[in-house]
Amino acid sequence: MTMTDDTTGVLGQRMLRREDPALLTGEAKYTADLPIPGALHLAVLRSPYARARIVSVDTSAAASMPGVTAVFSGADLAEAWAGPMPCAWPVTDDMKSPTHYPLAVGQANYVGDGVACVLATSASAARDALDAIDVEYEPLEAVIDLEDALSDRVVIHDEIGTNRSYTWDLKIEESEGDVDRAFADAAYSVKERYIQQRLIPAAMEPRAVAAIPQPFGGDMTLYSSTQVPHILKVMTALTLGIPEHQLRVVAPAVGGGFGSKLNVYAEELLCAALAQRTGSPVRWAETRSEGNQATIHGRGQIQDIELAADADGRLTAVRVRLIGDMGAYLQLVTPGVPLLGAFLYAGVYELPKTYDFSCTSVFTNMTPTDAYRGAGRPEATYAIERAMDSLAAEVGVDPLELRRRNFIPTASYPYEAMTGLVYDSGDHDKAATLAAEMIDYAGVRARQETQNVPGATKRLGIGVSTYFEMCGLAPSRVLASLNYGAGGWEAATVRVLPTNKIQVVTGTAPHGQGHETAWSMIVAEKMGVSPDDVDVLHSDTAIAPLGLDTYGSRSLSVGGVAIAMACDKVVDKAKQIAAHQLEANPDDLEFSGGEFRVAGSPDRAMPLAAVAFEAFTAHNLPDGLEPNLEAHTTYDPPNFSWPFGTHMCLVEVDTETGEVEVLRYVAVDDCGNQVNPLIVDGQVHGGVIQGLAQALYEEAVYDADGNLQTSTLAEYLVPAASDVPSIETGHTITPSPTNQLGVKGIGEAGTIASTPAVINAIVDALSGLGVRDVPMPASPNTVWRAINEAQGGQQ
Amino acid sequence: MIPAAFDYVRAGSAAEAIDLIGQYGDEAKFLAGGHSLVPAMKLRLAQPTVLVDIGRVADLSYIREDGDQIAIGALTRHMDVENSPVLAEHVPLLAHAAGHVGDPQVRHRGTIGGSLAHADPASDLPATTLALGATYVAQGPNGTREIAAADFYHGYFTSALAPDEMLTEIRVPKMGGAGWSFQKFNRRAQDWAIVGVAAWQRGSECGVGLVNMASTPVLASSVASAVAGGASAADAAEAAAAEADPQADLNASVDYRVHLAKVLTRRALEASAG
Amino acid sequence: MDITVTINGKTHTADVEPRTLLVQFIREQAGLTGTNIGCDTSSCGACSVHIDGEAAKSCTLLAVQADGCSITTIEGMAGDDGSLHPMQQAFMENHGLQCGYCTPGMVMAATSLLAENPNPTEEEVRLGLEGNLCRCTGYHNIVQSVLACAKS
Repeated sequence: MTMTDDTTGVLGQRMLRREDPALLTGEAKYTADLPIPGALHLAVLRSPYARARIVSVDTSAAASMPGVTAVFSGADLAEAWAGPMPCAWPVTDDMKSPTHYPLAVGQANYVGDGVACVLATSASAARDALDAIDVEYEPLEAVIDLEDALSDRVVIHDEIGTNRSYTWDLKIEESEGDVDRAFADAAYSVKERYIQQRLIPAAMEPRAVAAIPQPFGGDMTLYSSTQVPHILKVMTALTLGIPEHQLRVVAPAVGGGFGSKLNVYAEELLCAALAQRTGSPVRWAETRSEGNQATIHGRGQIQDIELAADADGRLTAVRVRLIGDMGAYLQLVTPGVPLLGAFLYAGVYELPKTYDFSCTSVFTNMTPTDAYRGAGRPEATYAIERAMDSLAAEVGVDPLELRRRNFIPTASYPYEAMTGLVYDSGDHDKAATLAAEMIDYAGVRARQETQNVPGATKRLGIGVSTYFEMCGLAPSRVLASLNYGAGGWEAATVRVLPTNKIQVVTGTAPHGQGHETAWSMIVAEKMGVSPDDVDVLHSDTAIAPLGLDTYGSRSLSVGGVAIAMACDKVVDKAKQIAAHQLEANPDDLEFSGGEFRVAGSPDRAMPLAAVAFEAFTAHNLPDGLEPNLEAHTTYDPPNFSWPFGTHMCLVEVDTETGEVEVLRYVAVDDCGNQVNPLIVDGQVHGGVIQGLAQALYEEAVYDADGNLQTSTLAEYLVPAASDVPSIETGHTITPSPTNQLGVKGIGEAGTIASTPAVINAIVDALSGLGVRDVPMPASPNTVWRAINEAQGGQQ
Repeated sequence: MIPAAFDYVRAGSAAEAIDLIGQYGDEAKFLAGGHSLVPAMKLRLAQPTVLVDIGRVADLSYIREDGDQIAIGALTRHMDVENSPVLAEHVPLLAHAAGHVGDPQVRHRGTIGGSLAHADPASDLPATTLALGATYVAQGPNGTREIAAADFYHGYFTSALAPDEMLTEIRVPKMGGAGWSFQKFNRRAQDWAIVGVAAWQRGSECGVGLVNMASTPVLASSVASAVAGGASAADAAEAAAAEADPQADLNASVDYRVHLAKVLTRRALEASAG
Repeated sequence: MDITVTINGKTHTADVEPRTLLVQFIREQAGLTGTNIGCDTSSCGACSVHIDGEAAKSCTLLAVQADGCSITTIEGMAGDDGSLHPMQQAFMENHGLQCGYCTPGMVMAATSLLAENPNPTEEEVRLGLEGNLCRCTGYHNIVQSVLACAKS
């Protein structure tokens, strides 16, 4: 660890979370809990058609109902917007994006697309009035299938004349034709198609918004269940034409996000616009069945991947063709999601400059997709890890052995990958070895010999997944090269109060991650105080005006590092004050345990508390030094961070019913130095189960007409405790050399690694029956069908 | 999330409840535990104009021996059915099946009568009571009548109950030490069964009820005949779907449901034999 | 309709629309917002409270059905001296929560579970929590929390 000597040993402790008492007692306030006297309640009427022309909207009956203040159609509000709903990631210069307003005008394009809204004095009056709005629709043919969309047989949005939003290529060759030659010369090659089904993020807190205007003062406060209060502020100001400095955005307690609250939503803009228009507070709380339609979905890709390998099974080329499902419109970062995976299709393996990636993304008449836990990286990892198992079968070696042959050697770190990105640190063999020991890999292989005999109805399978996560978004210049509409820095202020309590202001926006605990630990470590003496302020743009929020496993490796750097600045300033007081040269002072000492003269010392008070009174500061102890840092990371690891999953498949039982799940993750291992393990547990849920349970299912069949949590199968296994965690620690804390991200790793581990295990169990792939989610029916098909329909 | 508005009246007795429902007519519904009705109302899939709350009707929560039968009051909660020592001794299959309904919170509030009257073929208890040869007691304006479970279910959410009749009691024959098995197959524990099989067996006599294999719960008579004729469990189970008419849904195709019914019936017969 | 409901020992009498759900009564009439709403199909359990000592989903009951009942919500769990309930303490010590939204319902379901089965196995804990969804923890530490509470 590149920490200085003045550690108090706080970092690395399994410290209990300071967030918990308020959350455990009901004291914490989520947006829907806020008391807002006089608030009007917003309800949104949503299209029951996947694609329909809006012929007319008659709001008169609804407007005359008791308690109803106003009713608006999309056309009524068309003039309210200074601009359309924002997409911040125009991935190519010629990317096509249909105009998208908070309420549809002229044509609705997915089931759930808002077409009208009601303001009423109670939520029930608003809801009742929705039933009285008379909308005449002319249903149009909907486009649901991605390849059908690609064909432009039916063009969804007339204004752009095609369903193709963009094609984005990343071809890496020393000289033209290298990839083709590698495939021509390959000793082994595999070609696979994988379907990343649509997923519904389903954060447990549905979204909620409240906008409170100050009609005379001119300011507006927008409360929202969001991961991105800072981004939301900029985008709301732009879309509504509100001066940004008069808009304050607050994210109170936020009940999970997983990317679904990394967005700017119609209801946020509607609440703000209607609060501005009416002069009354306006609030909205999403219902779950509404959210399944109106909050972004995740994944949604068709992946064609080809691997070429030499006689030893070492990769010589990778070719990837993607079709990305954008849904009906582009939301905040919708088009960028496949790009985040583009750099990871070679996994943790050495690959020469023979890589060919191309993604074409299309519009469909379904809910817009966007970032969902992992965003692009789970998809990429799934494809390469599934394909590596296919290659192992082709080459005739054990899947773990094939991976070992291809691992980037530890000695070559930092490693410049074929994409030009530099992987900071890694030791893949160590992580794989630990995972194999924990699950007794060799023992499982031996058990399979005796258990998976012909006629066996319970077959054992083990799945391996070795992964990289590209996180810590992100170096701003790299984002520029990807056409992303913002930077990747993070801001921090550290302020020592006169009584030696410390305030930290962070631009990160936690929603379950435990930043208050973790950031206080970093400050405690750096400043020699107790974590209890540190307060962490966040998620309110009036208190924390600068920041780029929480997503992409960025908060610690960007935001946490910014805090550590701000601490260094405070200590530097404090050192000048202490040196002045102690009549010593600042260079002769040491700082440890919260105290400045003159080197070699242990009795000449001054505690930080005394320095803080001197800085406050400013009675005797060095000439030219400003009063107060406070420092601000904006940190732009020089690199992504690259957590890695190996997950292994042991399953038993009932060949009669197709039921999969996960017997054991082992996760070995390396996220560099750990600030709080308790929180690290919690992140891994949650991520693993979310990824396992993609493998086994979850899918947003649409019928051919574009009706969402899984519109409630009774149909969309988020698993419960009874449906998932315990998780055995292990860690290796390979610090990142690119930041002073040596840390990497951990928020998405579990989700990235677990999905292929589970499916690889199922296919492994069934490989003796001729099964080569099982589509996701691997429901009992799906597994049974795969067995049947492999057995030629005999069962 | 917010139901459409309705009027609410509370009945103190079965007679009062029947009188009230008669007054209000077709748009009125009985409310027992509400754990089938309220979710449908929240999504506005059901919009009754009047609810007659029978949840407080006195003396309809009991489990007692009555000769060679066990009598269960219609308002007995799933949790009480699950934990009943009387049922554990005499009808363990029903107690066990009740422990698979919904989740603990649902079982604390939902009632056996409400579940049966709702006539959802995917529910656990209709098929279980059908397999057990139960009789339901209904009370209406003209007094009470007994309806055999085999005659009760007419289709999805429709039963032999007249709109102004309510279930008051479920009478289940004692199992007399018969072997039994309840096979509930689903993806999440809290969900309705994709397919379920409730079976008991005593010598060559058996009863097999199927959950979610048609628009009504299904009595697999062909299986019982095969067992009576000396067929092995595996052979008898081949007839499991003979009386069924399953539909496809998000969790299962028709052929998979038929297959599952056979596999689960075989397992149930094996588990309940001797 | 006039109803009287006792919540955390305090009596609340109010005239409510029959369609008012118990969870709305608790949150809006009693002002106790610790009980959360996570779905509209009785699937997630975020709204779980104790009714006469047993866990129930307060979004699946009409307030009029709870007339005369005694209800405990998450706000009624901690001791008067400010100490956490042993289950709350166990969740804290075992990192059994992250975003906290499912947590009140989980705690109420878990305490009801232990009241009925004081020494559950891990499998019994998992089955006993089948009606409560969490998206953050993967359940591992929730299960550990309940087992730890049972042990203590």
